Amino acid sequence: MRRYLARRVIAFAITLLLVSFVTFVVVYVIPGDPAEIILGTEGSPEALAALRTRLGLDRPLLLQYLEWLKHALIGNLGVSIQYDVPVGQLIASRLPVTFPLAGLAISLTIVAGIPLGILAASRHRRPGDVGTMLFSQLGMAIPSFWAGLLLMLLFSVYLGWFPAGGFTSWAETPAGALRSLVLPAVALGLVQTAVLTRTTRSALLEVLREEYVQTARSKGLSDRLVLYKHALKNSFITIVTLLGLQIGHLLAGSIIIENVFYLPGLGRLVLGAIGARDLPVVQGVVLFMATVIVIVNFAVDLLYGWLDPRIRYN
Amino acid sequence: MAGLIPVSVTIDTVPSRPPARRRQDWLAKLLAHKNLLIGSCLTGGLLLTALTSLLYTPQDPLAISIADRLQGPSLVHWFGTDQFGRDVLSRVMLGAVVSMSVGVVSVGIGLVAGVVLGMLSGHFGRALDEVLMRFMDALYGFPAILLALLITAVFGPGIFLSMVAIGVVNIPVFARLTRANFLVLRERDFVTAARALGASDAKLIWHHILPNVMSPLLVQATISFPNAILAEAGLSYLGLGMQPPHPSWGYMLKEAQPFLRLAPTYAIFPGVAIALAVLGCNLLGDGLRDLLDPKVSRQR
Repeated sequence: MRRYLARRVIAFAITLLLVSFVTFVVVYVIPGDPAEIILGTEGSPEALAALRTRLGLDRPLLLQYLEWLKHALIGNLGVSIQYDVPVGQLIASRLPVTFPLAGLAISLTIVAGIPLGILAASRHRRPGDVGTMLFSQLGMAIPSFWAGLLLMLLFSVYLGWFPAGGFTSWAETPAGALRSLVLPAVALGLVQTAVLTRTTRSALLEVLREEYVQTARSKGLSDRLVLYKHALKNSFITIVTLLGLQIGHLLAGSIIIENVFYLPGLGRLVLGAIGARDLPVVQGVVLFMATVIVIVNFAVDLLYGWLDPRIRYN
Repeated sequence: MAGLIPVSVTIDTVPSRPPARRRQDWLAKLLAHKNLLIGSCLTGGLLLTALTSLLYTPQDPLAISIADRLQGPSLVHWFGTDQFGRDVLSRVMLGAVVSMSVGVVSVGIGLVAGVVLGMLSGHFGRALDEVLMRFMDALYGFPAILLALLITAVFGPGIFLSMVAIGVVNIPVFARLTRANFLVLRERDFVTAARALGASDAKLIWHHILPNVMSPLLVQATISFPNAILAEAGLSYLGLGMQPPHPSWGYMLKEAQPFLRLAPTYAIFPGVAIALAVLGCNLLGDGLRDLLDPKVSRQR
């Protein structure tokens, strides 16, 4: 187990280092001068020189990267050009919107996707399976922002059950905050639910064909017991792998959904920063999101060893 | 002589089927597979719409007519009009060109770069393999939208950069697939035989290994294509893809949002177009995978 853990930790550290390098390189090794890109053509030579010094552009690239990485490791992602506030502080202020949104969306995905997948597998090639697969195909084809618009049209414009946009802060009324997140979370979770349903079904069908399942059946175990005790447990590796990837997709998808529902989360922050050419904020948000995604995938890797002992011993 | 056993060698020869027969086989498979059939029809429809729109649209997709703004569907404007009185049907048709172009170019970038890197990694292995695959791992955790945000923050929004961002994010999938197939194929007897006969690395790769990797790559390309359409629509919705006044489905939905109460149909048609295009490509990809990989089709 120790060897398995050590290998995973090394791979995690390398991936994180490369992600940070990609994030750094895209902004700093571009043709042209980042200071000119930020200030535009109207920037005076003095302002340009000051910004270059502030961003550390007058030093060798590797030194710039190491310096930037050293600061990033202690949470210092620079200062926003637009707001003149530390980027880390800006990100932290938006997390109470983005994390609950992604959390709610992944909860909905798990609560709906796994049971639907089980239903489809247990009724293979029967109407329940066909109906679920139809939902899955349609769900995967609908972009989350269009689903958001349709939900807004039905539940906000026509029925008036939910707000059409905006966010009531958690401090004001937690119920109001939750209400603001329901439609965006459903829109965000729809595609992922469709994908999880399909994957759960495929994984279960594959396990159900294994010899040990046939043996369990021949021993007279009920279909229910075979499905839940033997098949589902062994399908979890596939399901957990997908869930790890889905958390990344949900975080990235929240950038679009927050803009559909005018939610003041990381997505709105980064889009506003692009408009204002606030590169430290764009870089900080992208690095933060990519790091969260890498950490989630690392956690999934560790979970494999716990779910299936064969993995940690091989 | 007693120890010698007469051996007769029989070489089974399979007569190759004539091309017309092979075409009939493919047609029979296509008709027997509902997903493949529906997917082919929808994707064919998308392609036809895109090509037609280059030559003909019912109205000028860019012509503004304030007097006709936000009309519902009618005989003159089948899908209604937008906030500038432009014909939504014509704009949806022209939007198909953008989606198809993004799909082709971004999947092309991912395919070509991924195959080259996967080939180098799988064929030459060792340190190069380790370095390239770690890079691929890092890129794999990078959703297309994050890379697109970084790129557009630097260079400004545009369709070409969106294509590049989506394409770059596609590279790891193709690289891993190519590498995995190369690792298996380079140990096969026909490759060993070719190497023993003095074939160079380039000849081994191009004539012996690569042709055998084409099927899984083709399937992966059809799976990546609808994802590229969705990613482009998302980026266009954020205003980072195709720039107005040229139509794109994602940006049309963005423009429709403030008028949900006044003209709800405006938010319907571009969305239906995206959903049908993605559904068609997904079904086509599923169907091709079933045809080309019987192991997968057994699980379905």
